[in-house]
Amino acid sequence: MIAVVDYNAGNIRSVLCALERLGAKAELTCERDKILSADRVIFPGVGQAESAMAELEKRGLVETLRQVKRPFLGICLGMQLMNAFSEEGDVNLLSLFDNRVSLFPSDLGFKIPHVGWNSISFNTSPLFEGIESGSYVYYVHSYYVPLSSSTIASTDYDNLTFTASMAKDNFFGCQFHPEKSGEVGERILKNFLSLEVEK
Amino acid sequence: MLAKRIIPCLDIKDGRTVKGINFLSLRDAGDAVENAARYCEAGADELVFLDITATVENRDTLSSLVRRIADRINIPFTVGGGIKSVEDAYRILDAGADKISINSRAVREPELIKSLSYHFGSQCVVCAIDVRKNPAFDSEEGEGWEVYLDGGRTPTGIDGIKWAKRVEELGAGEILLTSMNHDGTKSGFALDLTKRVSTSLSIPVIASGGAGKIEHFEEVFTSGYADAGLAASIFHYHEVDIMKLKRYLASKGIPVRI
Repeated sequence: MIAVVDYNAGNIRSVLCALERLGAKAELTCERDKILSADRVIFPGVGQAESAMAELEKRGLVETLRQVKRPFLGICLGMQLMNAFSEEGDVNLLSLFDNRVSLFPSDLGFKIPHVGWNSISFNTSPLFEGIESGSYVYYVHSYYVPLSSSTIASTDYDNLTFTASMAKDNFFGCQFHPEKSGEVGERILKNFLSLEVEK
Repeated sequence: MLAKRIIPCLDIKDGRTVKGINFLSLRDAGDAVENAARYCEAGADELVFLDITATVENRDTLSSLVRRIADRINIPFTVGGGIKSVEDAYRILDAGADKISINSRAVREPELIKSLSYHFGSQCVVCAIDVRKNPAFDSEEGEGWEVYLDGGRTPTGIDGIKWAKRVEELGAGEILLTSMNHDGTKSGFALDLTKRVSTSLSIPVIASGGAGKIEHFEEVFTSGYADAGLAASIFHYHEVDIMKLKRYLASKGIPVRI
């Protein structure tokens, strides 16, 4: 069973639909036991970091998410929340990764939010098996995670390069929306569903 | 590199795709979900659905259609038509739409843009603006454009460029800009208008109205500085093939998703 973390974030239905198209059995849940015993955990989200963290606290999910041992995938805001701190509401996050989430600088002349299809560059990762580096994925976001040692794929937005995807142990994150990224996105989700990690 | 987006638009009535000329003699153009899936396979980057009847009685029909679309397609889509409140928007987004589009209601109640972006984030809020040339709004920067409502029937006396700026300040995440002078002419997009709006705002602009051939998209992305190009009939009647269009744009050095 795949647990899709329910914390009242937006656009969860697209993730559930995408999993269903892949024939995967998923359940939207905020129950600790279900999340910790799930074979996979998907942590989606469209929304705002500060209110999302407040909702996770309220549902007692902060510690639960940190304890997940099975493959875990944060999508968009979900990936951002896996880091240490966000400028969006100046809030402390889950600290699964030690990065600071920043607002795209307004003085670089590009449009914010970063909306649309952009290409990802990567070397190799089981998450991207069967996909060519340079493939396009769909983004909608105003905040970004800078490049770090946990970056496994990056995207250029004009002259700024940011983390498209990150990984450490069983924790994976995608800033883009695989559930909205056509065939490429479906392959990434499929790869996530079949990857094995040791911890 | 962020790609320029190609967006087919589908007009919806009672769950079916319809086509008509100036809202007259609507003609059934097939099942909306099937049409959406076809566009998706043909290489569309995003889809826009406009419910042109948009009556209260149709609310449930529309959300069940949105549900069926979300089940089927794996690219983002926007739904517009008749959204008058946060509750209306919630119903559409909860059914699986990625964005909602508002038009007339935003002019009558600008605070709605603010509440929608507060509740769902600006990335969910597309503000559609229909404009027609009006010399009364001419300025040093160029020709004047007046905002029209209700599918182009109601003039407002509002300057289109100023309204676009205001819409951004209120929290819209994208602007869907239609020149009524160009719409349906197939003679190309309103390049000056698109350029002025796109370069004076920091949110993306979807250009609409006037696409007739592949070169028109090249122009709107280069001279018009548009972030996306939207069209309906030319895609619907296969006058322009989306992949052919994208390959052409790529050959001109315009970044597109192929």
